[in-house]
Amino acid sequence: MKVIGKFIGWLCHFVGRHYKVLLGGGVVLMALYLFLSKQAEEVRGEKMDVKEIIFGHLADAYEWHVVEGVVLPLPCILYSEEQGFDVFLSDKLEHGEEYRGYHIDAESGKIVNKAGVRPLDISVTKNVAELFLVCLIVCSVVLSLAFWYRRHGYLSAPGGFLGMVESIILFVDEDIAKASIGHGYQFFSRYLISIFLFILTCNLLGLLPVFPGGANLTGNIAVTLMLAVTSWLAVNVFAPKAYFKEIFWPKVPLALKAIPLMPTIEFIGVFTKPFSLTVRLFANIMAGHIIILSLTSIVFIMWQVGDLLGFIMNFVSLAFIIFMNCLEILVAFLQAYVFTVLTANFIGMAQHEE
Amino acid sequence: MNILTPDAGLLFWMLLSFSVVFFVLAKYGLPIVLGSVQKRKEYIEQSVKAAQEANERLGGIQAEGEQLLLDARSRQQEIIAEAMAEKQKIVKAAQEEASTEAHRIAEEAARRIDAAREEALKDVHDEVAGLALQIAEQVIRQKMQDDAEQRAAVERLLEDF
Repeated sequence: MKVIGKFIGWLCHFVGRHYKVLLGGGVVLMALYLFLSKQAEEVRGEKMDVKEIIFGHLADAYEWHVVEGVVLPLPCILYSEEQGFDVFLSDKLEHGEEYRGYHIDAESGKIVNKAGVRPLDISVTKNVAELFLVCLIVCSVVLSLAFWYRRHGYLSAPGGFLGMVESIILFVDEDIAKASIGHGYQFFSRYLISIFLFILTCNLLGLLPVFPGGANLTGNIAVTLMLAVTSWLAVNVFAPKAYFKEIFWPKVPLALKAIPLMPTIEFIGVFTKPFSLTVRLFANIMAGHIIILSLTSIVFIMWQVGDLLGFIMNFVSLAFIIFMNCLEILVAFLQAYVFTVLTANFIGMAQHEE
Repeated sequence: MNILTPDAGLLFWMLLSFSVVFFVLAKYGLPIVLGSVQKRKEYIEQSVKAAQEANERLGGIQAEGEQLLLDARSRQQEIIAEAMAEKQKIVKAAQEEASTEAHRIAEEAARRIDAAREEALKDVHDEVAGLALQIAEQVIRQKMQDDAEQRAAVERLLEDF
């Protein structure tokens, strides 16, 4: 509870200091939703499958729908033992067409060959493209902050957006890394800052409903799994001997060790930690996306039912969506914070095992 | 379900991208940022310390000045007191000298007056003696001539005395 209170205190300070940037973002989001409800009027009469829409948005895709009618094709990179490498743009496979023996399976939505077997698929999908964008944003933001210090020296502090980024970095460094790990935290602090910024950028870009955003990165289990793997490595690779001794030969009565009950539990615990990290982040972000998409779908469904209902629900749903988006912005920060703070705690516990 | 199975392609790209991001941040971005912030923190701490020291020193200088002033005042008092004592001593000495001198002069004067009186008395004695002699001479001479006359002459002489 104390940690949460501290976090909320920091968040209030942060919002107070950078309210202009945040307000700008809020206005953009609101304009987009007004635009969305106008679009809803145009689809009246069509039968819609809400479940398919929602899971279609959550799932990965080989191309990127920018707006209605504009599709950005992305490169498909495939490898199979018979054919070797195949690289082509995804527009060759549109509408179930076949290209070089590959087509997109209607049920799974993945590329398969004629026999229905999946090749090794390292295509740049929508999520991967978003991933590149996130990398670009995170790297360029931090590097521009570094360049700012190169230019201005260390005696002055940056303001505006860079000041905001700096306050985030310092928050992770001081209040997460130093507070949780203590002595020797500097070695891990860079990793913790990296995952915090990475997850935060993914979360926020995922909330952006238009083109450069919208891909559901941290709501994808592959992304959170890989983040948890890096966290597992950070905990276990640099752990001292005492940490492993505590796992395989803990200080408990001999009977609990002779039949290796405690070592088994401890050993499983080593892997449940990253598993919980994976699922927590994935489930939180995906749930937020599902709620927002459902609320958006209400507008469309109600317009199909009737004009008056559609008109009323337009505003009700809009209010809910704005509320949910605000909540999701909080969740975006909170989940990045929780993932980082838990990783830091696991590292701290491993480093200072008695 | 599709959503719960991690996709191998995304895993691969995720590993690659995150490694790149981590490498770039940890090698080129964050050391500069964190180092600068650390240096700034140290600089501020140092400045605060220096300001405190300067303040303390200023306070010390002020106290020193006051002490100096105090010392000067007491020294002044001392000097003034000394001067007063000296003055009184001189005045006293002068008075003493003057009084002895006056005494001496008075004594001298008294002595001289005594001498002068004695001389004067001596003169008077001589004169009286001379007169007596003269009178005696006259008496003797008158006696020789007439008794009555002599008597008248003596009476006259005595009356003259």
